Amino acid sequence: MSEIKKFLYVNRKAPYGTVYALESLEVVLIGAAFDQDVSLAFLDDGVFQLAKGQKTTDIGMKNFSPTYSALGDYEVKKIYVEKESLEQRGLTPDDLLHLTYEDEDYAEKDSIQLVSRAELADIMDQQDVVMSF
Amino acid sequence: MKLAVMVNEGPYQHQSSDSAYQFIKAALGKGHEITRVFFYHDGVNNGTRFGVPPQDDRNLTQLWSELSKKHGLDLVVCVAAAQRRGILDADEARRHGKSGDNIADGFRISGLGQLIEAGIQSDRLVVFGD
Repeated sequence: MSEIKKFLYVNRKAPYGTVYALESLEVVLIGAAFDQDVSLAFLDDGVFQLAKGQKTTDIGMKNFSPTYSALGDYEVKKIYVEKESLEQRGLTPDDLLHLTYEDEDYAEKDSIQLVSRAELADIMDQQDVVMSF
Repeated sequence: MKLAVMVNEGPYQHQSSDSAYQFIKAALGKGHEITRVFFYHDGVNNGTRFGVPPQDDRNLTQLWSELSKKHGLDLVVCVAAAQRRGILDADEARRHGKSGDNIADGFRISGLGQLIEAGIQSDRLVVFGD
């Protein structure tokens, strides 16, 4: 299984309310073991998954948002956030978790890239496998 | 073409698994190969044999089992998603001290790696969801 494919995980739903976001993250973490070219995209209500300061105690659910910060350790370095979706929800990049990875020289780099809807369409077009959640 | 299929919704509440089933039947009819069908999220509920839909309605689980038998389809239910939702085979039931299992004929429980592997080894991964 030496072939490397481009995998894109598309996240479109809010982190709570449905289980899609949590179970999507589980796929990403397991998939990381397969050494593929992995990207994540967050659009529509999916941008809320990356919001910082999530507190879930009052709804009795586990806050799994800290796991996104571990993605860099799993070699997940490309996280695309759709600009229009952020703006439509009154969010700015400062409202999002600061996600990083280490490059070959152990320098810390930002994982999140803000992209337009049109750019995201191009990114999707370049993929071999797109899973949407 | 080698096609892998992912089913993300349970039967009846959503049409996704009906659509996936019809798609697979059509693809097989056109001579395509279905490398694997992977059931995730509530899609794992397609794999319980305990469903008893009304007699004048389709029984999706049974349709999946029959299609699997006829074409040797690999129907894989995600173990993590299945555990949350009470879909068990005999091994899982024993491991978790449960009194019975409910996995339907033709389905097997395995890990998410099977989904990634199917994505790598197939020409297309087709996702059926909400």
